[in-house]
Amino acid sequence: MKSKMLKINKSARSSIITVGMILIAYIICQALIVTGNMSNLLKNLLVSMCYYAIMAVSLNLTVGFLGQLSLGHAGFMCLGAFAGAIFSKCTVNAIQNTFIRFTLAILLGAVVAGLFGIFIGTVVLRLRGDYLAIVTLAFGEIIKNVLNVLYIGYDSKGIHLSMKDAISLNLEDGGIVLVKGAQGISGTPRDATFTVSVILLLITYLIIVNLVNSRSGRAIMAIRDNSIAAESVGINITKYKILAFSISAALAGIAGVLYSHNIATVQSSKFGYNLSIMILVFVVLGGMGNLRGSIISAVLLTLLPEYLRFLRDYRMLIYSIVLIVMMLYNWAPACVAWRNKLSSNLAAMLKKSKKEEL
Amino acid sequence: MNFLTHLLNGISLGSVYSIIALGYTMVYGIAKMINFAHGDVIMVGGFIIFTLMSTLGLNPFFSVLAAMIVCTLLGMTIERIAYKPLRKAPSLAVLITAIGVSYLLQNLALLIYGAESKSFTSVIPVKALSLLDGRLSISGETLVTIPLCIVIMIGLNFFIKKSKTGRGMIAVSEDKEAAVLMGVNVNKTIAITFAIGSAIAAIGSALMFSAYTNLSPTSGAMPGIKAFVAAVFGGIGSIPGAMIGGILLGVIEILSRAYISTQLGDAIVFLILIVVLLVKPTGILGRKIQEKV
Repeated sequence: MKSKMLKINKSARSSIITVGMILIAYIICQALIVTGNMSNLLKNLLVSMCYYAIMAVSLNLTVGFLGQLSLGHAGFMCLGAFAGAIFSKCTVNAIQNTFIRFTLAILLGAVVAGLFGIFIGTVVLRLRGDYLAIVTLAFGEIIKNVLNVLYIGYDSKGIHLSMKDAISLNLEDGGIVLVKGAQGISGTPRDATFTVSVILLLITYLIIVNLVNSRSGRAIMAIRDNSIAAESVGINITKYKILAFSISAALAGIAGVLYSHNIATVQSSKFGYNLSIMILVFVVLGGMGNLRGSIISAVLLTLLPEYLRFLRDYRMLIYSIVLIVMMLYNWAPACVAWRNKLSSNLAAMLKKSKKEEL
Repeated sequence: MNFLTHLLNGISLGSVYSIIALGYTMVYGIAKMINFAHGDVIMVGGFIIFTLMSTLGLNPFFSVLAAMIVCTLLGMTIERIAYKPLRKAPSLAVLITAIGVSYLLQNLALLIYGAESKSFTSVIPVKALSLLDGRLSISGETLVTIPLCIVIMIGLNFFIKKSKTGRGMIAVSEDKEAAVLMGVNVNKTIAITFAIGSAIAAIGSALMFSAYTNLSPTSGAMPGIKAFVAAVFGGIGSIPGAMIGGILLGVIEILSRAYISTQLGDAIVFLILIVVLLVKPTGILGRKIQEKV
């Protein structure tokens, strides 16, 4: 048994553990639901934990593996949410099968967000570091602002667009307004079940694990560690940056589709800079470049504020302190020295206790 | 005449952007980082003036002075605690810390003052000027803001070019190691840069909130980001660049709000940022920086 375990390489074992964790958590939750032991509060959180975990895992690809700070991740989620919701609302009568309709909505959301990811990736390619962060922030805000004033409606003549108000859509009698500017979309069918969300989380995780452990993944990490050196050994930086960026965006789009099919009303104002930062906190707390960490921290940080009500007012304050402390802990010379001292002390203690045992 | 009013409002808003942009551009030039918390220092300045004037009934002049002192100390404290230990860390870590500091300030203000926006009393005692038989009216805020910002710009430029500390700043931004060899105290220079940037931000906050009177814990973030856009637009690291970039951005923002769409004003500002970075990443007056291997 043991020799068989050792044959599987380290990364594969790590992903098996993560998948196992997700599955066990899923089975426990299902058991609680079936036996009626789950509170309504937790039931409402199940799907949102999944889409936040998807967001965190996908952002980790850009931040942790590609090493570029993206502050517009919520913008991709917003695109996915709107694309998926519009599709489901239009086809709710045409496609009766929920599974097919929702699958198509997910694909559409992923494609729309992914295409924008390619577009934005191409645009920001020339930029590095800080500038890239600020441009992704700008894109996120543009997406939010434009969707905030966008009106979409449809009637027998097709789809109408307007940036002013619902009346200027000039719909025929019986035409339906799909997107009502700042009020967003409401009445999307609630197709996002817990099971589907967990499956999507697993798919997302496996896509990224596979990417990271492939040749492309190594190229992406080489760009993170030293882009000039990577370029000099023949890695096509442009290609891999766009690849990572668009996959990350497409997966955020999937999270968006889940979001819009879980909640009564989707408003673009919810997908601001704040949401992007929250996802960034998940990634930073879970460890940049650590996918399992992202999932765990996304789940915990979604659950904790709901259960520790007194913490609610302080939630964002704690997030901000987490960001600062984690960065100082990882990089400040004093902290690094303290950590090294601590670990060497610990190692010495372990050695001593082992000797005593012998 | 309408157009002229919008233009003046734009220049006024742009002057405020440009002096806020000074804080970004100086810090970026010297410490090579985006101080995300700069916008929130503006918010803190606004709340201090608000508290001193509206609650304690202090004179506007002293309130602004007190805000300048507090912001200076705040800027230096932030630099000392959050940024100084990360001098040698990758830029990603520094950026995340800066975002953390920005959030910390916003949420502290949220806990102290609550989320609903306060109405800021103008610190500027000048009355509005009415020209051309009342067809063109210029607010007192505009009358004070534009010249004051120009004075600050010229003063700062003079300080950096002529004083020993200012030349130290230029030296650090050119080459940190060489500056150390020339006897410049890098840590002190960076601290002074943060101090000056934050003090000017307090003045910017007084001027901005006098014209746009809504004050809330998040009201520093957007102007801060826009001021950064202005700094990039004009060429980051360049003081005249911040001036040009700020005024252009203010004018573009006000005109697009007036003639294109009220709600899309922010989107247009960000679009400009993207276009500028694509066409001329170094900005209008910026220099090209070669990456060293």
